[in-house]
Amino acid sequence: MGKRKQMVERVTALMGNPEMIRNIGIVAHIDHGKTTLSDNLLSGAGMISSELAGKQMFMDSDEEEQARGITIDASNVSMVHSYDGKEYLINLIDTPGHVDFGGDVTRAMRAVDGAVVVVDAVEGTMPQTETVLRQALREYVRPVLFINKVDRLINELQVDPQEMQVRLGKLIDHVNKLIKNMNPERYKQGWRVDAANGSVAFGSALYNWAISVPMMQKTQISFNDVYDFCTNGDMKTLAQKCPLHETLNDMVISHLPNPVNAQQERVKAIWHGERDSAISKSMNSADPKGDLAFMVTDISMDPHAGEVATGRLFSGTLTRGLEVYTSGSAKKSRIQQVSIFMGPERIEVENIPAGNIAAVTGLKEAIVGSTITTLDGMTPFESIRHVSEPVITVSVEAKHTKDLPKLVEVLRQVAKEDPTLQITLNEETGEHLMAGMGELHLEVIAHRIERDKGVEIITNPPIVVYRETIKKKVENVEGKSPNRHNRFYIDVEPLDDAIVALIREGEISMRMEELERREKLMAAGMDKDEAKSIAAIYGNNIYLDMTKGIQYLNETMELVLDGFEEVMKAGPLAREPVSHVKIILRDAKLHEDAIHRGPAQVIPASRQAIQAAMLMAEDSLLEPYQKVFIQVPQNNMGGATKEIQGRRGSIIDMQSEGDLTIIESRAPVSELFGFAGDIRSATEGRAMWSTEFGGFETVPSNLASEVVSKIRERKGLKKELPKASDFLEM
Amino acid sequence: MLIVVNSNKLYLNLFHSLFKFFLQMVKYHPFNEADMLTFIGLGLFDEQDISLKGLEAVQSADLVYLEFYTSYLMGTTIEKMEELYGKPIIRLMREDVEQNPDWLENAKTQNIVFLTGGDTMASTTHVDLRIRAKDMGIDTRMIHGASITSAVFGLSGLQNYRFGKSVSIPFPYVSSRGNRVVTETPYDTIKFNQENGLHTLVFLDINSEHGYMTVQQGLALLLEVEEKRQEGVMKNRIAVGIARAGSADVCVKANYANNADAFELGGPLQILIIPGNLHFIEAEALVKLAGAPARLLQEFSNES
Ligand SMILES: Nc1nc2c(ncn2[C@@H]2O[C@H](COP(=O)(O)OP(=O)(O)O)[C@@H](O)[C@H]2O)c(=O)[nH]1
Ligand SMILES: [Mg+2]
Repeated sequence: MGKRKQMVERVTALMGNPEMIRNIGIVAHIDHGKTTLSDNLLSGAGMISSELAGKQMFMDSDEEEQARGITIDASNVSMVHSYDGKEYLINLIDTPGHVDFGGDVTRAMRAVDGAVVVVDAVEGTMPQTETVLRQALREYVRPVLFINKVDRLINELQVDPQEMQVRLGKLIDHVNKLIKNMNPERYKQGWRVDAANGSVAFGSALYNWAISVPMMQKTQISFNDVYDFCTNGDMKTLAQKCPLHETLNDMVISHLPNPVNAQQERVKAIWHGERDSAISKSMNSADPKGDLAFMVTDISMDPHAGEVATGRLFSGTLTRGLEVYTSGSAKKSRIQQVSIFMGPERIEVENIPAGNIAAVTGLKEAIVGSTITTLDGMTPFESIRHVSEPVITVSVEAKHTKDLPKLVEVLRQVAKEDPTLQITLNEETGEHLMAGMGELHLEVIAHRIERDKGVEIITNPPIVVYRETIKKKVENVEGKSPNRHNRFYIDVEPLDDAIVALIREGEISMRMEELERREKLMAAGMDKDEAKSIAAIYGNNIYLDMTKGIQYLNETMELVLDGFEEVMKAGPLAREPVSHVKIILRDAKLHEDAIHRGPAQVIPASRQAIQAAMLMAEDSLLEPYQKVFIQVPQNNMGGATKEIQGRRGSIIDMQSEGDLTIIESRAPVSELFGFAGDIRSATEGRAMWSTEFGGFETVPSNLASEVVSKIRERKGLKKELPKASDFLEM
Repeated sequence: MLIVVNSNKLYLNLFHSLFKFFLQMVKYHPFNEADMLTFIGLGLFDEQDISLKGLEAVQSADLVYLEFYTSYLMGTTIEKMEELYGKPIIRLMREDVEQNPDWLENAKTQNIVFLTGGDTMASTTHVDLRIRAKDMGIDTRMIHGASITSAVFGLSGLQNYRFGKSVSIPFPYVSSRGNRVVTETPYDTIKFNQENGLHTLVFLDINSEHGYMTVQQGLALLLEVEEKRQEGVMKNRIAVGIARAGSADVCVKANYANNADAFELGGPLQILIIPGNLHFIEAEALVKLAGAPARLLQEFSNES
């Protein structure tokens, strides 16, 4: 305990010195060794015993994670490392590797300035390695590379030293090629990994050793020595001479930026406020005396302290009692505890200055993605981007009716903790729906509700979340308010893929300056008049106001857009989310008295015009697909391909490596339920597989109307397909 | 053959019209005619404010509909009204009036009345009902009631012919994006009237979610717009607040608009006037009848 206290003192001493801080995340494909590596770093820093490293799974604080052996929540830890005679503070975030939890990776990236990309030496880069790397680059988070499980290369695959060098070299080249393709801009700025300069290390997290070129020079251990230690079964000695934490932390300190160096560019990527403002300057220099600018990246529950908001402090100093604003909320709140994380333990400190990762309580209004500030009216940080979109839903009920109020509260809570999770209440049926990134994601949440929150629930079988979109352009559709005094005239048309890509990648948003947005839209092919008329973006849809000089429209627009959002959340065909739709407001007639153009009038008028127009424009259903990657021995290959083809799936690519076949395929999510069990029996349990979001495609026309009817029935809507006229005249 | 069929129909129609005409001739009182929609204004405050003519029409009606969302009789309850009328009342929600007025159909075969607070066409949207009824071939007629729009003249002492356009202040709206919208239309209307020396009658929102807007809330919203626009519309401006018109407990207060404490008027319903230029008689009335500061008399003594 004394040691723990000492550690806290060293950490707090360093917190005020941004040059000595590194905020990093570890990212990897599942099972490539991220958790093992994190534990290793902690033990190296004296935070857990070295015998336990690799076994204790210190970062996997959730029982669930330890049981399943996967990392679910991004956990945080602060540790001290000496390099070149100076002490440094490393704030580390462990991130999930399963793609079902993609949202967490994005959030974690928001808090850090650098990332250690872990790649299994045997497997090489995998789809999820690409996903997380892309995410890091997008957030302006700089990568270094750790090639893990090198012991397997030597002991299992029995490659010789030459071949080992070739393999490692190829892997490094491949990672650089990925960086170059994903983000040429960063690549040109010199963002590449290079063994010679020490931005690559390789080793074994399981056996606690790692080596890099600078480390070889420091320890005089050569490549061949490493090889010999491994083949002689003496990795223990190697771990003493080249401890993993030292090699890794040295690499982190010398190649990843400190907050002061990083923030200027990072803030540019995630904040679109006035560049000359005081808050902008204060964030650029991580000024602890500036106004507070804190970005919440995680919310968790502490049984004693309540909600704990973790995030990155870009400017100012967090102290107890500080009064703060939360973006998107009018209420002020007061900070209660200010603390840092040491693994699962949260330790309260006096204050935390800019440049650090911090945890605070008392922010009642905060959700993941909130901006917390002392500056009234500060432009918030850009909302956190999600690579994937929710594709399946389960409905949840309380097992005991008396628990219903508690369930409502708990669902609100889990949605707050995990922004990739969407909770909605179906008012007709009274059931709660949880939408998530995949079957596993929702299973984990359901389990958490029961275990952590103590509410027994019944979940119904998962349901696919479809999308609605239109096929053609329709002009001049009229929407009337219930009192008939207000009228809106709109066009709808499909939104170009290029524009949707801009939205999805977070390249354009309503928060950025109009001019910057307009230029990006025009570069993607949008007409200038349209590009400067964007009134709202919701999901992958936009609303354009192309009217000119209509009196009162200005103060009515918020209502019009609420109608727009309602339809985009639930389209007219099957009340599924809408995608790829462009709506153009051409004309409007408004009652001159504000009472007669209030929410009860304008929202339905706006909504019904869009609903009718979409149906006229052949509103149709899209279904989500998943890419399925399967590794299977040649002998069992037939079973695996059959399993895919039997599910309306298609094989995209097949390669053999030794006696293994690697299949890349895709199939509709609706056909993939129960895949885990079926492929196991089809391949005698020999297949390894993973999935990734695979986009949306139109439901085949022979299935469409049946699918729509089923959805409508389930939602308590009338089963017949709706017609435009249902929404037109009242 | 064809002609015969047509003439049959013609005869039938002719017969029907003649019958109707005959009926009208023999009816003693035209207000007792069947198949009609009668709009009735209930007056200002309680069930006693209805006109005798109105009461008679209600009592002889087949169906009694009531709309209480645009205005409300604070001094009574639906039960008390039913007792007075000796009839059940069917209460209509906004949706039934504006969106799906299916009940109008009944006026084709029965004698129905539609009750509102104040005068019957006080709410702009009710004209729409008359138009719909007309389209459906239903005859309509109106029996008027006292209205706040005329009551304010006497209560405030401000003169009828010196009022400009009236306007309403709705409660601010918070959108799903978290944006709070405060309408600037009332501010613009007051400004426009002022430029022509005219008073503005300001209706205050009634809303199921937020309740009844008070004069204090209305003024605060106008001052919020003033703060933003800085066009001097509300600067040094007198306002008149009126509460519970038509009741024994009526309350009228005049003071400077930024003096919020002076507009503590008690319960609903409330209404606001922002005067333009004051005639000296009007100034005198505000001071003597509504407790406005005496210096108003000097300020406006030279006005014509
Ligand atoms: N042979 C070998 N196995 C390793 C190494 N690092 C991790 N593992 C094993 O790989 C599996 C997955 O590791 P884990 O750290 O949970 O991966 P994560 O999913 O990325 O967090 C575990 O069984 C580890 O013991 C290594 O360097 N060598
Ligand atoms: Mg893990």
